[in-house]
Amino acid sequence: MKKTTPSQDFIRGIWNENPVLIQMLGLCPALAVTNSVKNALAMSAATFFVICCSSVLVSTCKRFIPNEVRISAYILVIATFVTLADMMLQAYAPAQHKELGAFIALIVVNCMILGRQEAFSAKNNVFRSLLDAMGTGIGFTIALVMMGGFREILGVGAFLEYPLFGPNFEPWVVMVLPAGGFLTLGFILLGMGYFEQRKKAGQADKAEQTA
Amino acid sequence: MTGKNPTRADAAAPEHEAPAAEEVSTLRLMATLTVAGALAGLLIVLVNLHTKPIIDAYKAEQLQQAIYEVMPGVVHYETYYLVDGALSLKIPDGAKESEFKRIYLGYDANDRLKGVAVSRGESGFQDVIQLIFSFDPATRKLLGMKILDSKETPGLGDKIYKDQAFASQFFIGLETPLIPVKIGAGKGLPGEIDTITGATISSKAVINIINHGLDEWVPILERGIPPAPEISGKTETAEAKTGTKEATQ
Repeated sequence: MKKTTPSQDFIRGIWNENPVLIQMLGLCPALAVTNSVKNALAMSAATFFVICCSSVLVSTCKRFIPNEVRISAYILVIATFVTLADMMLQAYAPAQHKELGAFIALIVVNCMILGRQEAFSAKNNVFRSLLDAMGTGIGFTIALVMMGGFREILGVGAFLEYPLFGPNFEPWVVMVLPAGGFLTLGFILLGMGYFEQRKKAGQADKAEQTA
Repeated sequence: MTGKNPTRADAAAPEHEAPAAEEVSTLRLMATLTVAGALAGLLIVLVNLHTKPIIDAYKAEQLQQAIYEVMPGVVHYETYYLVDGALSLKIPDGAKESEFKRIYLGYDANDRLKGVAVSRGESGFQDVIQLIFSFDPATRKLLGMKILDSKETPGLGDKIYKDQAFASQFFIGLETPLIPVKIGAGKGLPGEIDTITGATISSKAVINIINHGLDEWVPILERGIPPAPEISGKTETAEAKTGTKEATQ
């Protein structure tokens, strides 16, 4: 593996290797609970908590985890923190917990989290693992809030439940339904691909000119 | 047995540590997971001890709020359990509270029975819709309705509680049983409810929950409504009893 600096560990997950938009991990919650910004934020917060705690614990205990059972150990660690997040959300943010329903428990199987444990925390020290987890968590938050914002603005005509367009706006209901999740993700990825292509074309032009 | 394994294996762990690439004993694999599982369980139990009371208190508070909300003018209420076909304030010793159906009898400031509230659920379009409604036991007229829990389709089925036009149809004094009709197709009969366009199943589910709830509870209430528990003196209790007589007619 290439040597990276701590700041690279942190930033990588936020944009260049954004878990949802680039790595295509954790798509299930990204599609399911982004029908409003509030839900997206609650989901992101729970995921952020789980990925940070799991990364710290896995990198701390990596010496004691035999290779053969590492995946089950990681899942156990992740599941524990998910259960804690589930109970705490239910106690302190019951309205949000009700909205997110089963998707909180499904954070366990978010491969974005397991992926970070296997690919990073199991090989790096606690500090760098935490940075990496935080970066990934923030990247996940950005992607979810982006989708949530897009869907809530079009599907409800509001942002964070604050109405934007007045009473005459006819909400585009499909955007808050599951189909809207796929449409939104598709368009966001399309946009990202377009800019990526233009950037590459621009770089190629530059290279030609210098040559 | 499992209690002993981890400690033994833990002590042995450092010896196995050095040749990391070599095969690890099955015992150690089991021990690692056992210890990890036990620690995870312990952590969850500790947090649960802390959050459970908060969650329960919140749920109870929500229910209490809903009971007052659906019975306007009610100052206090009593929870009655259905024990062997009769209403009782107490459940038999050793029985679990959750096993009994219950009904909430609401009284006004004079301890007069104002209405009864029932919380029940039935299948909607996606999942069970849980709601609370209240009615006047004497006239069977509706007093109010509130959806407690629903996972109906956002934008369509969730109108059963987000759309005021639908919710406001369950007003005080509405005749029962409720009759679902399409918007514009009503014949002006008492008890007609306009269903939501695009969410007929959810709307009908709400109406069915109320109708079935009435079918279930009215016969029980007709057999006799317990008098208001003595709280605020004898005169009020007497008044409450006359109120009960009226109600049982």
